[in-house]
Amino acid sequence: MARKLPALNPDNIAFWQGGETGSLNIHHCSGCRRYFHPPAPICPHCLSQNVAPRPVSGRGKVISYTINHQRWQATLEVPYVVAIVELKEQTGLRLVSNIVGMPADEVRIDLPVKVTFSQIEDVWLPFFEKEA
Amino acid sequence: MFDRLFEKDVAISGIGQSEVGRPSSLSAMKLTLDATLEAIADAGLTRDDIDGVACWPGDNNNGDAFSPVGPNALISTLGLKVNWFGGGYEGPGPLAGLINGAMAIATGLCKHVLVFRTITEASRRQTDKTASALSNKTVGRDNSFFWQWYTPFNVLSGVNLMAMYAQRHFHDYGTRPEQLAQIAMTCRANAALNPKAVYRAPMGLDDYMASRMISTPLRMLDCDVHCDASTAIVLSRIDAARGGPNAPIRLEAIGAALHQPWSWDQIDLTAMVTGEVARMMWSRTDLKPSDLGSAQLYDGFSILTIIWLEALGFCPVGEGGDFIEGGRNIARDGLIPINTNGGQLSGGRTHGLGYVHEACNQLWGRAGERQLKPHHASVVAAGGGPLGGSILLVRE
Repeated sequence: MARKLPALNPDNIAFWQGGETGSLNIHHCSGCRRYFHPPAPICPHCLSQNVAPRPVSGRGKVISYTINHQRWQATLEVPYVVAIVELKEQTGLRLVSNIVGMPADEVRIDLPVKVTFSQIEDVWLPFFEKEA
Repeated sequence: MFDRLFEKDVAISGIGQSEVGRPSSLSAMKLTLDATLEAIADAGLTRDDIDGVACWPGDNNNGDAFSPVGPNALISTLGLKVNWFGGGYEGPGPLAGLINGAMAIATGLCKHVLVFRTITEASRRQTDKTASALSNKTVGRDNSFFWQWYTPFNVLSGVNLMAMYAQRHFHDYGTRPEQLAQIAMTCRANAALNPKAVYRAPMGLDDYMASRMISTPLRMLDCDVHCDASTAIVLSRIDAARGGPNAPIRLEAIGAALHQPWSWDQIDLTAMVTGEVARMMWSRTDLKPSDLGSAQLYDGFSILTIIWLEALGFCPVGEGGDFIEGGRNIARDGLIPINTNGGQLSGGRTHGLGYVHEACNQLWGRAGERQLKPHHASVVAAGGGPLGGSILLVRE
């Protein structure tokens, strides 16, 4: 089975299609000047609705990860790395992704990473790779 | 902090459980009837006494093996006449049915609530091993508010998320695989004394370390075992329970808090929701961890049991690995015996209510060969990630 893709909507489209212009877009609140993720029409910290996607550096670090060995679907290529990445813009600003372009067994907590996009249909998946 | 401790008006009056099959040849409804009718009779009640039904997660996906029977189907099949009923996934984890049922009693809606949980994942996996993949929660594109942030990155099982909690726990606290193994080994040793347990053959540290890696650092023996089973608990208003055949097991305190986002990655990675759940529960009682004679703690994945042990105060946060080192503290004759029916790791993934069933058996002195020394208080905690709840049980 092909990789599952998200259904796009007005709240999440800037995140899932930002890669078209090479940009990782994360929702930012003009009220409290903080980022938040996942995107929503309101800031979960201060409840301001003055929020909008904003490009971030795409740089961060791995705060946890796992090497998946189990073939959950017949066509799934294993092993692969799932990670929680914390973006450098803000402590606690996290997203789940895959670490690509390096041996799985070299991934570590605190590894510096940067975003790299992979397009499937109308979605640009933000993967992360080791920052050189 | 709280105006009223409603759960003190509610007690468990009876329990029941079907066979635990891997797989079972019985239908999901037959399993459910075996559990629920046994529980009603155990409480000294009849069908006509039941005036409420609660279930977590209910039939949330039209017969899906994760929860093939919900309140609607059971009410119809048993011809129940209820004042209140409820199911649904969105609640404080696998104990949510009990907590909701207790609220229905405390508010005066019901006198006897039948709480149940049926699961048929073993038979489902005979024909489709991918049936429970997270990507199958939605058809086509993932339109879930939550799961869309995971499935595009091939987070296809809860184990991938739990593995990241384990990895971080290892990193922050120095927890080691040999320590994690003690959860699986303790459950297996306990399962040997439970005739209904799925896996009863002895398991040693070598067996654990040789177990296939599923999602680092979690191995196959860190994951619970699918089964087909149903478990039922009858909750009664405390005055009504006192007239029944069993000594009432009071709901001394519940923990149901969620003070973080309902998310698998935007939460505390080494405590998840367990901290606020446990704090709430202990704030509603004068009892302490040292008052308890047993603990039935969620072991859908072994790391979760360590985290619950820490959250509930059996050891300081971060010291769970050291606490279970060698297995003595959590053994049948240890400081706090856990998962005395084999848990879900070896007993079978009855998913939540199995822990309550075992806690009651132990409190009532009905646990047969695996009976612990007599005690009157126990804790049940279930869930992982943002899903979590706990109940302190006291036998009168």
